[in-house]
Amino acid sequence: MIQMKVISKRFGQINPLSIDSYIKAEGYEALKKAVAMHPSKIIDEIEISKIRGRGGAGFPAYIKLRALSNETGNKYIVCNADEGEPGNFKDRMIMENDPHAILEGMVIMAYATGSTQGYIYIRGEYQNAMNIFKKTIKAAEECGYLGKNILDKGFDFNVEVRSGAGSYVCGEEFSMIESIEGKPGRSRTKPPFPTEKGIHNRPTLINNVETFANFPHIVLNGGKKFAEIGTPSSTGTKLISLSGNVKNKGLYEVPFGTSIRDVIFKLGKGLENNRSIKMVQLGGASGPIIPEYMLDMSIDFDRFENFDSKTGTGAIIVIDDRFDIFDILLINMKFFVHQSCGKCTPCREGHVQIVNLLNKFISHRATEKDLMSLENLAYVIQQTSLCGLGQTSMTSIISSLRYFRDDYFAKVRY
Amino acid sequence: MVNFKINNIDISVEENTTILQAARKHHIDIPTLCNYPDLEIKSECRVCVVEINGEKKLFTSCSTIAKEGMIVNTNSPKVLNARKTILELILANHDAVCATCPKNLNCELQTLANKLGIDENRFPTVLEVKPIDNKNPALIRNINRCIKCGRCIDVCKSIQSMNVLDVMGRGQNIEITPAYGKFLTDESCTYCGQCSSVCPVGAIIEKDDTDPVWEALNNPNLHVIVQVAPAVRVSLGEELGMEPGSIVTEKVVSALKYLGFDAVYDTDFTADLTIIEEGNELIDRITNGGVLPIMTSCCPGWINYVEQKYPEILDHISSCKSPQQMFGALAKSYYAEKMKLDPKNIFVVSIMPCTAKKYEAKREEMRIDSVNPDVDVVLTTRELGKMVRQMGINFESIEGSPFDKPFGITTGAAAIFGATGGVMEAALRTVYEVVNKEELKDINFTMVRGTDGIKEAEVELGGQKVKVAVAHTLANAKILSDQVKNGTSPYVFIEIMACPGGCIGGGGQPYGTTAEIRQKRIDAIYKVDENMTIRKSHENPDIKALYDDYLEKPLGHKSHQLLHTHYHSRKK
Repeated sequence: MIQMKVISKRFGQINPLSIDSYIKAEGYEALKKAVAMHPSKIIDEIEISKIRGRGGAGFPAYIKLRALSNETGNKYIVCNADEGEPGNFKDRMIMENDPHAILEGMVIMAYATGSTQGYIYIRGEYQNAMNIFKKTIKAAEECGYLGKNILDKGFDFNVEVRSGAGSYVCGEEFSMIESIEGKPGRSRTKPPFPTEKGIHNRPTLINNVETFANFPHIVLNGGKKFAEIGTPSSTGTKLISLSGNVKNKGLYEVPFGTSIRDVIFKLGKGLENNRSIKMVQLGGASGPIIPEYMLDMSIDFDRFENFDSKTGTGAIIVIDDRFDIFDILLINMKFFVHQSCGKCTPCREGHVQIVNLLNKFISHRATEKDLMSLENLAYVIQQTSLCGLGQTSMTSIISSLRYFRDDYFAKVRY
Repeated sequence: MVNFKINNIDISVEENTTILQAARKHHIDIPTLCNYPDLEIKSECRVCVVEINGEKKLFTSCSTIAKEGMIVNTNSPKVLNARKTILELILANHDAVCATCPKNLNCELQTLANKLGIDENRFPTVLEVKPIDNKNPALIRNINRCIKCGRCIDVCKSIQSMNVLDVMGRGQNIEITPAYGKFLTDESCTYCGQCSSVCPVGAIIEKDDTDPVWEALNNPNLHVIVQVAPAVRVSLGEELGMEPGSIVTEKVVSALKYLGFDAVYDTDFTADLTIIEEGNELIDRITNGGVLPIMTSCCPGWINYVEQKYPEILDHISSCKSPQQMFGALAKSYYAEKMKLDPKNIFVVSIMPCTAKKYEAKREEMRIDSVNPDVDVVLTTRELGKMVRQMGINFESIEGSPFDKPFGITTGAAAIFGATGGVMEAALRTVYEVVNKEELKDINFTMVRGTDGIKEAEVELGGQKVKVAVAHTLANAKILSDQVKNGTSPYVFIEIMACPGGCIGGGGQPYGTTAEIRQKRIDAIYKVDENMTIRKSHENPDIKALYDDYLEKPLGHKSHQLLHTHYHSRKK
């Protein structure tokens, strides 16, 4: 079996709207165990587990947790459920199938770091998830797992649902913080980082939905056991959103180290009508585009780091040979033109010029000089943008220039 | 101390110093665009990026703190390429018709493009031309030139607490604009012009009124006279290439004469007059139980603010017109009579450090014949600089000459109107001596000088101690206004100036004004005061003569007709 169900083990097995159903399936056991532990011991377990953030960048989770626990006064915990990256649907699946697991993870981390206020920032388009989560919060409050004096241990933690109006950039930490404060979603100058000055300039921890959903398992079974799953550098399992021209599209949970080819062919059952693969985009619109011969690459943060992108969200988009590389690139880049917040120059003005240049290739008007301009501009946007949007949006251009360079030359007018 | 390297030079700076600050301290030039000395760090333009060894990304030097052992390169090929590319991107969405832009040769973007050696732009223009906001008498917003650096937002928000401008929309479509993309006239804009003063390009500029002045100067039927505000004598030199803080009082007169004005007068004269009227108003309110504290009325930005934001406290505002308007009213009455001229044939121009004065001169209250404005045209220091350049005058070498009569004698008290605290100090010099009937031992009220946001002092008047306060910038004015509104103000007299540093930091002053430059202009203003023979308004013999000749007495019937006004609520 390639699949390994840790986070998705309750999917379809319990009624997500029933807290009793969750409790019967080991629900809130981790919280009970956690509140009997010293807060710093919980963070120690997270460190031993070597879990890395599931939002894409793969930052070791314990570092942010420890930084937050070292701060005093008001602190905030935010669950990033603004799953805006095209091709991703794992967070929605967790929210719709096992919402209490996310909440339990948040409460445990509130206890471990001494936070009293939490937010779950849910993507504007996810109305169903929002409704479910509001009910989840209410049920947890009624049962004493949330609110005042949780489990009679004398600690308080509240969670509110927040949402934007569907802006992609609100998935970026500081834009999300601005949005939670009621301002337009535009990033801030870093440093200071959110764990120093986040919501209302107070220390703030932001983790992805999948990261929070992992915490109860780590607390319940121990960090050491968790670290045995996956590879030495990427522990645990990964939810994979498989989409595109494959037969069995859907969500799969696999241990880290599984190859992309196995996910596409063993779980996804290969391509429709036995077509061949032209390219695969990893992570979403901000991820790299790789050719068929690279599919034996394993799903692993260290491998993904080569691409400087949010590849780690675990989306795999399969594109067959009916499509041209420029079809995909143009869709990606128009998406970024629309989603740029406009605050910094390279992202605001750069994406527009990238689209202009791509159109030149598409209409066979591009020269070799345009190819150089495109490559140059893509690197400048990546190197100089203020936030994660511009820093990762060029991954598909840069990777395609590396792996599909001939496709560009084929369009150049000499 | 933090030790690190920039361009292979060993550098040692205090903790929490940014790379940009450290570089500047060591005379290493890193180009910037959105950065402005007095405003918050935005790191939005990304022009100031540098390379740090071991890092793939480039870092904005304005916001990155220098760390021990860092190896920074400010001019690596990667950096130079990124900077150039960013500037090309900005230029591709900018109305870059430099030769016909008012900011030509004064534009930070233009200078930077030249410095970075941009001879061609790889990127085609993506500018979508949008309408220009020119519905008000003071400022023009040309969004097609805007490069979205955010300085104007910052100055309007944090220095002035007005929040008139902000970012609208997103991505390539963002606009820096009043709410809902409307006009400045739809907002509580005070026309202080601080936004025009910090704008690196020509996106916010004062409305140019030099054309009607040229026309008037060339009209043989008009007697064209001009008044010069106190702050202009310490800034016009700077506008024309001299050192900040150069005192050029007499050069200004000569230059104006050369431009063809029939007579050149000093607003300092009506500043002295303001002190007599306002001082008597204060004494009257104290002795007869009038509304206190009394608040100054010389600053039109402040009047625009209070009429729109605090109409509840309008009774506190002195009924005195500003010195500019007192001059206009006298020019078209007393002066006309004296010179045997029809007021309709007198054309009054003011040279002001201010954009809001353009609005003030257009007010209906400022027409003694209810039809024609008392002051016909207001020019800023920058506009006068433009006219001097147009005429090819070598300002630095021009021989000076004195102001014309009958408004010839002025005092040091009037000169300091140009700096924050100056009106207060001038008033105290007079009120103290008039009320206490004794000479001041030291006429320098240093308590109300300096650039603290709010200053206060205590003076003895008629046997009782009273408190006075001075505020500059509208954010500080808000604090004192709230006290007055809530009835908790402990003061009898409050001076307010809308711009940082007072008029010397006005919205119409030379570009590139910073705290350092403001200080130089302030120092110059006090030097002008020191060098004056007469330093108290009530000792000005020409003022005495004016009362004897024409006005009769302070707060008298004629004064009320000509020198006082009223305000009304314009709450939005």
